[in-house]
Amino acid sequence: MSASLSYIKKDSPIHRLSGSTKFIFFLIWSIAAMTTYDTRVLVTMFVLGVVFFVSSGLKWKDIRFAFLFMMWLIIINLIALFAFAPEQGVEIYGTRHEIVHLFWRYSVLWEELFYLFNFMMKYLAVIPVALLFILATNPSEFAASLSRIGVSYRVGYSVAIALRYIPDIQRDFHDISQAQQARGIDLSRKDKFTDRLKNSAAILFPLVLSSLQRIEVISNAMELRGFGKNKKRTWIVERPFRRADFAAILVAVIMLAVSIGFMVHNGGRYFNPFV
Amino acid sequence: MREPIISFKDYTYHYRSQAEPTIHNINLEIHKGERIIIVGPSGCGKSTLAHCLNGLNPFSYPGESTGSLTICGIEAAKSSIFELSQCVGTVLQDTDGQFIGMTVLEDIAFSMENSCVPQEEMIRRTRQEAGRVSLMEKLDAAPHELSGGQKQRVSMAGVMINRVPVLLFDEPLANLDPAAGRDAIELIGHLQKDDEKTVVIIEHRLEDAMHMGADRIILMENGRIISDSSPEELFLSDKLKKAGIREPLYLTALKYAGVALSRDMHVEHMQTLRLDEPHKEKVRKWFAERTHKEPAKERPEVLRAQKIHFGYLPGKENLTDISFSIREGEMVSIVGKNGAGKSTMAKLLCGFEKPDQGTLYYRGKDMSGDTIKERASHIGYVMQNPNQMISKPMIFEEVALSLVMQKLPEEEIRQRVYETLKICGLYEFRNWPVNALSYGQKKRVTIASILVVSPQILILDEPTAGQDFRHYTEIMEFLRELNEKGITVLMITHDMHLMLEYTSRSLVFADGRKIADTTPEALFSDPQLLERASLKETSLVEIAEACGLAPESYIRAFIEYDREVRA
Repeated sequence: MSASLSYIKKDSPIHRLSGSTKFIFFLIWSIAAMTTYDTRVLVTMFVLGVVFFVSSGLKWKDIRFAFLFMMWLIIINLIALFAFAPEQGVEIYGTRHEIVHLFWRYSVLWEELFYLFNFMMKYLAVIPVALLFILATNPSEFAASLSRIGVSYRVGYSVAIALRYIPDIQRDFHDISQAQQARGIDLSRKDKFTDRLKNSAAILFPLVLSSLQRIEVISNAMELRGFGKNKKRTWIVERPFRRADFAAILVAVIMLAVSIGFMVHNGGRYFNPFV
Repeated sequence: MREPIISFKDYTYHYRSQAEPTIHNINLEIHKGERIIIVGPSGCGKSTLAHCLNGLNPFSYPGESTGSLTICGIEAAKSSIFELSQCVGTVLQDTDGQFIGMTVLEDIAFSMENSCVPQEEMIRRTRQEAGRVSLMEKLDAAPHELSGGQKQRVSMAGVMINRVPVLLFDEPLANLDPAAGRDAIELIGHLQKDDEKTVVIIEHRLEDAMHMGADRIILMENGRIISDSSPEELFLSDKLKKAGIREPLYLTALKYAGVALSRDMHVEHMQTLRLDEPHKEKVRKWFAERTHKEPAKERPEVLRAQKIHFGYLPGKENLTDISFSIREGEMVSIVGKNGAGKSTMAKLLCGFEKPDQGTLYYRGKDMSGDTIKERASHIGYVMQNPNQMISKPMIFEEVALSLVMQKLPEEEIRQRVYETLKICGLYEFRNWPVNALSYGQKKRVTIASILVVSPQILILDEPTAGQDFRHYTEIMEFLRELNEKGITVLMITHDMHLMLEYTSRSLVFADGRKIADTTPEALFSDPQLLERASLKETSLVEIAEACGLAPESYIRAFIEYDREVRA
């Protein structure tokens, strides 16, 4: 089951970075990718992202499902863009090179293809870094590093604990839905939408009840062991902020600077090879 | 006289949400280094007492107290849950729910993290504590990679790391298999001796808890302490029986044989028990007078598994080469360690999962083509936790659910639901909300909601987990009545009493294989098999051996007699 995305323990330069470094890196990297449509910048970011991913020691099979799922969303997005504004590329780049006319107002244009390619590259520039953040960051260590940059440890811990209990709740869900299927509650596509909605209530009701029970146990267990006693707490998995962390953030900042630099140089967000 | 570490004086606790106080006029002193077991039927107030000790009452479950309670010299009512946790370390019943960290290391360190202990010191102390509970190899393991017993050891390390003088265990055996429970109790005993800790165990499996030895047993009923004495004194009295607590089996066995228990027999422990020749003679005489029932004649086969192989993930088999046959009207227990493949087998029988190889037959017919729904009309499955099954607020609706899904006419639904509710003794509650019922009654509702489609076979996952003796008897007698009406019952269980008292056959699983298919008496007379099934020996075997009787036939005689007496 590689459908669920969660922390995979490994030892790599990426894993050794602190959680907040990876988070800040991801944020700056995303801003850099969002600001620009410059193909040269985006391709560089994508290539770097892939290099980072490979150096983390994570495997293609770890992300295959998630990656294909995201690609599917991107393709739908591209099709929608083309359907609603087939001449967007012309508007941006100011020229019109038609490859072949399709029907009505739709033609395949070099400008439109280039625009859509850039659009896709914006996603692809971020995806490897986002996946790295999710898969190579120990949630507890992330919570610890969040508290160091000023976020309340209660907030950080509630994220970590949610991640801790997700597998348990998934298993509950699985067991409950099997037992309910045996009682004739069908969630397959054969039934009408309204029936399916009603049927999913038959699974959610017990799931919510048993989850509430679980929450009561967890919060008692946490309080009995002193959670919330002090304004601060320490973390056994905390990583010190080291030179590599500064270096990583510097890389992200440089990328952002490059992205902005190219924007100034181009006189806009787009790189135009057509003129 | 030493100063008590815990002292209740005329203490009464009244939950804000309840009309009446839950515990009344408690007077109890516990001294440093004492081992105390608190027993009592469900609802007797023993959990409330425990919550008063660790501060969950009143700080998490608000209420009013009168009288006084001092713990480590602190007035509990004026304290806080945090201050009390420095004195009383609590290990809860739910081994999964109380595992807070992502890994063993983090979970053991959790309370130190909250006390802002520096990182190096935490790592050092965590490793030391993990060593004491033999978990050094598992420091990086996530909860789902651990067995129930290991998870509980993590929790123990996690509270002991605070160097608390008092350890409080809230039903530590409820979620463990018998062998893991025995190991847990032994570990508690060792830790108690090493550090002279005060240990308070709340548990209704008295014989198992006594494995550690105890200085005193506190018996509670209806919110009051009705006995506070040495184990010996309690065992010589009839208070346990009156309160509906199961006494150690070796004592029951001696009483049945007409042996008068006395102080010089050292009855507090099977190991200390002194049986003289006249006592043994009485047991032998009792045994000789027992007549064995003829085994029932062979009934037709209802269920057969043939060479089943199954794995959740490719390349790893969870079940290997499983074959067995179940006859109509049998009551069979499926036993073995957690993860041995028992629940997986049940899921295959219900059609939730499909075998990779092999075939399942229902009355000689291959079931592989049947959908989950079709199988459910022959084979009903009852989950362990009723809250995971109940999906309607009202009892009638809950029981009617399957029939409503089949879109049967309303009149027929009502008739069949009423009939089922009558069988399950729930008819007078038919218009009640499910919420108003006790745990045992909810369990009945879930069984009713399965019975309503009249399956021929019922599979139950741990039907009696966490139940006291009275509720255990209630649920099991109900299942036996159903069984006598012709329903075949399969139960996945760790409960040794259940296997012995209610099932005629046990399928023993270990590491995905069926390692035995035998009678419970034979199983309990075979120490090697017991160890592989993660069960523990019963004191009946020791009695039989002490008296020179064959354990297997002695156990059978005991169970048959016990049934007659209790019926």
